[in-house]
Formats: sequence, C-alpha cells, structure tokens
Amino acid sequence: EIPQHSLPVIPDSTTSLALSGSYVSNKMINKLIQVHDKIFCCIAGSLADAQAVTKMAKFQLSFHSIQMEAPPLVKAAASVLKELCYNNREELQAGFITAGWDRKRGPQVYTVSMGGMLISQPFTIGGSGSTFIYGYADAKFKPDMSREECLQFTTNALTLAIGRDNVSGGVVHMVVITEDGVEHVVVPGDKLPKFHDE
Amino acid sequence: SEEEECEHQAESSSHSSDRTTIIAIAFEGGVVIGSDSRVSAGASVVNRVMNKLSPLHDKIYCALSGSAADAQTMAEIVNYQLDVHSIEVGEDPLVRSAATLVKNISYKYKEELSAHLIVAGWDRRAGGQVYVTLDGLLARQPFAIGGSGSSYIYGFVDAEYRQGMTKKDCQEFVVNALALAMNRDGSSGGVAYFVTIDKDGTDEKCILGNKLPTFFDE
Repeated sequence: EIPQHSLPVIPDSTTSLALSGSYVSNKMINKLIQVHDKIFCCIAGSLADAQAVTKMAKFQLSFHSIQMEAPPLVKAAASVLKELCYNNREELQAGFITAGWDRKRGPQVYTVSMGGMLISQPFTIGGSGSTFIYGYADAKFKPDMSREECLQFTTNALTLAIGRDNVSGGVVHMVVITEDGVEHVVVPGDKLPKFHDE
Repeated sequence: SEEEECEHQAESSSHSSDRTTIIAIAFEGGVVIGSDSRVSAGASVVNRVMNKLSPLHDKIYCALSGSAADAQTMAEIVNYQLDVHSIEVGEDPLVRSAATLVKNISYKYKEELSAHLIVAGWDRRAGGQVYVTLDGLLARQPFAIGGSGSSYIYGFVDAEYRQGMTKKDCQEFVVNALALAMNRDGSSGGVAYFVTIDKDGTDEKCILGNKLPTFFDE
C-alpha cells in the first residue's frame, strides 16, 4: 500500500499511511524497520504480516550475529526474510526491501517479493504507488549519485507517487545508512517538492 | 522496407489494444501526439508495428486505446461526422468539435464500448489542444497519457512537464515517455509513432526500437 524507495548507501524511505479498508488509521506510521544496526527493511502489503516477519527476522539476525561474532551481511538479512516469506507464502501478504551497509560489500539493496523471490538491484521501488514512478525512476537514476542527489531523487519520486496513488500519503520517512552510521530524515507532507500542477 | 513496415496500418480489429501507451501534449502553436505499436492478444504479439494514431481531419488526430475494434470504429465514425460538419460550416472543424463527437459516442455507448481516445490537434481559434474523453467525459488538458503503459510514466510526466515547452521539447518529452513506458509495460513495445500538428501541417514520424532513447540499465 505504500511506495517505497531504496538506494545504495542512502535513503530507505517510505510514506506513512496505514489503512483499514478505506479508513486511514494512521498518518504517521513508520514503515522502516531496523533489523540490525546498519540494516533496515521497508515493508509493504499487510502491515501486520510485515511486522510479524520482521520481528522474527530481527531475532534470527541478532542470534546469527552473536554466533558469527560480527555484524550480519545485508544479504544474510535479506535471505532470512526471504526464507520466512517463501516458506509461508500461502499465508503471508508482505513484501520487503532490505537495504544496508556491511564491511564485505558496502551498501546494498535487495528486494524480497511477496512470493519469496530475492534479488539484488542498484535501486528498487515497491508498493502500490511504485507503478506510477517506474518511468521517473528509470529516467532519473544514475549510478554513483552523491548523498544529496539520492535524497533529492527519493523525495521527488515519493512525492510524485503520493500525487497519483490514493492510498499513499502522510509523511515521508527516509533513513540514510553509511559506514559511519544511520540517520533518520522525516519530511512532512507540506514540505515536499511541488510539481507543475500544484 | 523497414520504414514501410513502420508506416503500414494493420487491419487487425478483433484484438485488444488497451495494452498500449498513448500520449499527447500541447505547445504554443500545436500538439505532438504519440503511441507505441504493439497489439497483443493474451501473451502473443499480434502486430508489432500498428499505428495507433488515426487522423480525424487534416489537423486533428486521435490516439486509440482500449479494444482495437471499438476504437477504430469510433475513429471512423467521427471522421465521417467531422467531414459532414466541416462541409456544413464551410471551414476546418475545431478540435473541440472533434472531441465532442468522440465524447458523444463514448458516453452514449459507455456500457457497450471499451475504448479511450485522446483527441489532439490544431485549429485557428484556440491553437494546439489536447482533450481526454475517458468514460464519456470531455476535458481539455495541457497533456494526456493513456493505455496500460501510462501507469508507469505518471511520475515521469508530472516531473518533466513544464509550461511553455517548445515543439522540440514536446517531441522529446513524447519519445522519452513512450520509451520508458515501453520498457516497463509488457503490453507496449515495438516502435514509437508520433505526429506533430501545427498551423503549417502535420508531420508523421516513426522511431525504430533500436533508435529509442536508452536509460541507465541498457
């Protein structure tokens, strides 16, 4: 139900509308879940399912990192989510974008689809609003953008998706993950960029 | 012969083309209207070079989406009605008149037909205009997109459109939008057709698949 956007190194982001039927039950919900110090997940689909899955994944990852005596790889986090999604694909209705930073490969982005497919991409979008911004994202994405460019790209893309998708909206949450740490950026609806028809 | 293939209008009428991407944009002094060229029936591509831009009059074109049969029939009927109308008034018809005729058919037969035509053209009174006639409404817009491929480019067109674009800007806008939609929509593809209409006439162009703009992952 939400457009999501994920880029290497940088913003992991989402909008914050939560719906029960057609009633908006929460306009400020944060759909970015931290599953480890430098690994975050964007959730889409049934929020209940997504929260249950990420809670389980968080536990498994913290156990894994104790055993390995090192922070988990982003790929490991994505795999954990994938196992849960694939093995329970009949019951679950949740998709994820996993993004983060690790020492082995640096910044990475993985998509775990609703059926349990796992793929790695330079950037990815998801959720109901994402269909409207495929064209924009394809046109504007360049590899190796700077932090500011990434933030701008993400904010613009989310704003455009909110503008067209009736079930996306509220506040934009972004998380910037780098080698040095994690920073949470929140942009309220009235501070979003304006396009030609506003 | 590839050029000829490109401009050939195919006859297939029983296959759906709401699997398509169509776009039209107005600029000061004219319009650019464009479409992809794929007609698919289920998983097969039945025609890969179909021109979905149909002339309604000398300087008025429409872009077809929805059921190919319904759309082509509507375009033919409106073409006939416009010919009669322009003889009666003794001058070239207005774009709004063409759009109204399309709208009348769309609205009256909205249960039976499933086609959406975007009407665009130039006339002396109001210059370049683009009208949408979806579901039987009539609305003038600075630009319009339609067909299954249009969902993927809403963000792009919202971001890229600015007031006061020149003819060349508009042509690039149309070609880029079509290329992006064709890349993502399985039901759109082939070549990109576009027609530029202004006071000096109409200019039909076709861009072959390998000459379309490419993006970061190609």
